[in-house]
Amino acid sequence: METIYALSSGRPPAAVSVIRISGSKAHDAGRRLAGELPEGRHVALRQLTDPATGEVLDDALVLRFDAPASATAEDVVEIQCHGGRAVVDSILTALGQIGGLREAQPGEFTRRAFENGRIDLTEAEGLADLLEAETEAQRKAALALAEGGLTRQVANWQHHLLGLSAEAERAIDYDEDDELGIDPGLLRGCEKLLGELHEWLGRPRTEVLKDGVRVVVAGPVNAGKSSLINAIVGTERAIVSDVPGTTRDHIDVPLALGGLPILLTDTAGLRDTADRVEAIGIARASKLVGAADVLVWLGEPELAPQHPRLIKVHAKADLPGRETVPAGSIGVSSITGYGVSDILETVRARSKEVMPADGALSLNRRQAELVGEAVGSLSAALRAPDVVVLAESLRSARNAFDRLTGRAGVEDVLDALFGRFCLGK
Amino acid sequence: MFDVVVIGAGHAGCEAATAAARLGARVGLLTFDPGNLGQMSCNPSIGGVGKGHLVRELDVFDGLMARAADRAAIHRRMLNRSKGPAVWGPRVQADRRIYRAAVASLVASSGVEVLAGEAHGLLLKSGAVNGVSSSNGTVECRSAVIATGTFLDARMFVGERVMEGGRRGEQASNVLAGQIREIGLGQGRLKTGTPPRLDGRTIDWSRLEEQPSDRDPWTMSAMANGIGQPQLRCAKTRTNERTHEIIAANFNRSPLFAGSIEGRGPRYCPSIEDKVRRFADRDAHQIFLEPEGLDDHLVYPNGISTSLPEDVQAEFLRSIAGLERVKIARPGYAVEYEFVDPRRLKATLGVADITGLFLAGQINGTTGYEEAAAQGLVAGLNAAAHALALEEVRFDRRSSYIGVMIDDLTLQGVSEPYRMMTARAEHRLSLRADNATTRLGEAALATACVSDERSAQILGHFDQRGGIGWADTPEGSADLLYTPYVARQEREWEVVQRDSNVWIPSSFHFGDVPGLSTEMVERLSAAAPETLDQASRIAGITPAALSAVYVAIRRQAA
Repeated sequence: METIYALSSGRPPAAVSVIRISGSKAHDAGRRLAGELPEGRHVALRQLTDPATGEVLDDALVLRFDAPASATAEDVVEIQCHGGRAVVDSILTALGQIGGLREAQPGEFTRRAFENGRIDLTEAEGLADLLEAETEAQRKAALALAEGGLTRQVANWQHHLLGLSAEAERAIDYDEDDELGIDPGLLRGCEKLLGELHEWLGRPRTEVLKDGVRVVVAGPVNAGKSSLINAIVGTERAIVSDVPGTTRDHIDVPLALGGLPILLTDTAGLRDTADRVEAIGIARASKLVGAADVLVWLGEPELAPQHPRLIKVHAKADLPGRETVPAGSIGVSSITGYGVSDILETVRARSKEVMPADGALSLNRRQAELVGEAVGSLSAALRAPDVVVLAESLRSARNAFDRLTGRAGVEDVLDALFGRFCLGK
Repeated sequence: MFDVVVIGAGHAGCEAATAAARLGARVGLLTFDPGNLGQMSCNPSIGGVGKGHLVRELDVFDGLMARAADRAAIHRRMLNRSKGPAVWGPRVQADRRIYRAAVASLVASSGVEVLAGEAHGLLLKSGAVNGVSSSNGTVECRSAVIATGTFLDARMFVGERVMEGGRRGEQASNVLAGQIREIGLGQGRLKTGTPPRLDGRTIDWSRLEEQPSDRDPWTMSAMANGIGQPQLRCAKTRTNERTHEIIAANFNRSPLFAGSIEGRGPRYCPSIEDKVRRFADRDAHQIFLEPEGLDDHLVYPNGISTSLPEDVQAEFLRSIAGLERVKIARPGYAVEYEFVDPRRLKATLGVADITGLFLAGQINGTTGYEEAAAQGLVAGLNAAAHALALEEVRFDRRSSYIGVMIDDLTLQGVSEPYRMMTARAEHRLSLRADNATTRLGEAALATACVSDERSAQILGHFDQRGGIGWADTPEGSADLLYTPYVARQEREWEVVQRDSNVWIPSSFHFGDVPGLSTEMVERLSAAAPETLDQASRIAGITPAALSAVYVAIRRQAA
């Protein structure tokens, strides 16, 4: 394994930047830059010099970690230097000139931590999310996952299941008394676990965090949907004209609203049309309305589609004759900016309803599918004709959890993950 | 010149010798004492949950155990009757003498030549077996099966007394143990135990709950003709707090806790002192009083194996209901013996790096007559196949408990004596004691190791399966009961099948996989899995290790 290095903190300039080196040559590289390294898990102030030219680069804090007690389970050196662009660049350049070192690929530290058994699959998934996190809410959820919150939760479920399995197996393999029927305590245990899993499945999915809450703006043609979106985004994002039907397909605009990831969707206006392209756009718009987490409606209030999170907007409030805002609607003018902040606040508040609670753990689609499988197996266990079938159902539930943490079905799980980590290049 | 020489004539040795003979091999069976063929060293029963499945499977291949058990059965009980037919466990109490005589006569009519003497070692030539030396000279052979049970460098413990020997009143096999260690096969020591034998005339039977023999006339063997012996009753009693106090007060006199026994005993068949120490919350443990024979006063108290000193044994026994005036005919004892790491064996039970050498039974780290006998079948068939240049005979974990056991042993190895349990069989729903013929009939016919009568019985069974009224037979109705569950399970296994197709190249070094801990490298290297699926079944392999291996395989292939 080559020794890799990278700037691990955000883009400079910053007050402090963190540069990480991981691999068998990490300590050697650290010494060439900083001289004597501190003991493992200690920190020291060192002057960094370019090993090739002897030029002083910076005064920095240097930390040393010895394998396997490090983030990657390899030898690691962490340099905390001043965060100016020139400083960071000069250190990275100096590292690049040391033989046997190369710059890390995206996610490579995480990958090594996973391959070296420091973290399991759910934690790796969390870290992958963390690297991709663009909003505060995404970051918190990813952090909860990366810190092993879900791993611990799954370990709990597995432990619980194992206890039930052991009880069933004891009844089968050791119980010479041959008590009749299935022990009611065993059934109660299955029910309890089932209830807990149902509660988790009922939570919002993490996809909402990653893909954003889908806020769909809909209404009849020329209601001012695109203008409203442009006013919100503050750029000429959507194509706007006075010709009805300009937006023939939907347009997605990702936004961060107060730390919430939002996917603002502009749709084709709803009307009967002879134009085929436009008709397709309208059909799609109807679908999008159905898939919306939050629906912003710009048409007549009484014509609004049924939706659990509906925001009625009275657009073009600057035009003569539209000064009166109907009750239950928000008045807005894209031209004057009137009411835009009200809309933003309302959208944010309604979006929050579909978001997992701040920093709370929830499942992504893959995980939810497997928990769903376990739920199916446990339900089967409750209906089992005999204790052997019950034990079999429990085994099947355990198998689902095993796949959740990557113990079984290795192919599937890793394929899903490696696609994101661009492994194997 | 023999084709096959089998060392040891216990349950594994007798099955190995006769199985090899059925395949047409000339077989020599070497034993300390030919009078001891088929001796039951421990409890007088055959079968049970999981174990009964093994006996039925062995029977399909014309093994001895089921037929001998039927001839000697003096009490029959189908265990787990209320728990679903997949785990019904046929078990019989056997009259020791009749059982021994039955095995001896089956061996005598098999064409196997019984040789008396102590095996001293194998003669090896360029990594292959070509003979066995014994106290009575040397015999040449193409294959050898070692089935020495607990006799390898064995020591017996009764409290503070330690004796050499693998069974009460018999010697140990020390010279052979030396060679097994020399060729690097010895792995360590295990322990097993046996309870005291009681004089039945001193038991107050009137106070105890009786357990009569089953009424319906089921048999162990598919070829049996009815129940031959009168049926006796067993009885149940239990230990109590007073019993536990006596035992606890004498912990320091048990070789188990005093540290003189280094071998690990089976967790699931613990001695009574183990039970008292580990399950302090239990105020009673069940004891089955099993008669040892029709004209034998001896009674075997199942559930209280012990190596406590004899005076302690007598004291705690007399605190138990019905045993207040009991006389001990023979004290219980523990045996500690050398065993071999079964991961060194192939699925044929042949030693991977010594051609023509096969190991079967307790030497491979198992416990139990049935486990030993089933291995005897596998080793015997394959020893003969090697000698006669026939196809290897392999068992699959998807179709038999024998397959489960062989796969577990050769892949996982053992850290404590291995006992067959239904929980080990992931295909438990389809592996029932009642459908052994259906599962293995074709394989038995294909190996050509069964009699004409057995062939006819197997074919008859297949005809019946396709016929009218099949759903009304016990096997047919059990099939129907489990069909939907089996189907669901099959779908789930498809995932496993995919992992089975990820091959681990034989040139693959686990030590080169980045970040695998030393422990993981050691476990994986010792088991040498051929597929990712096998690797996933090795005990103690973490998901992370598995993923790392998978990544490394992919990288290598890329």
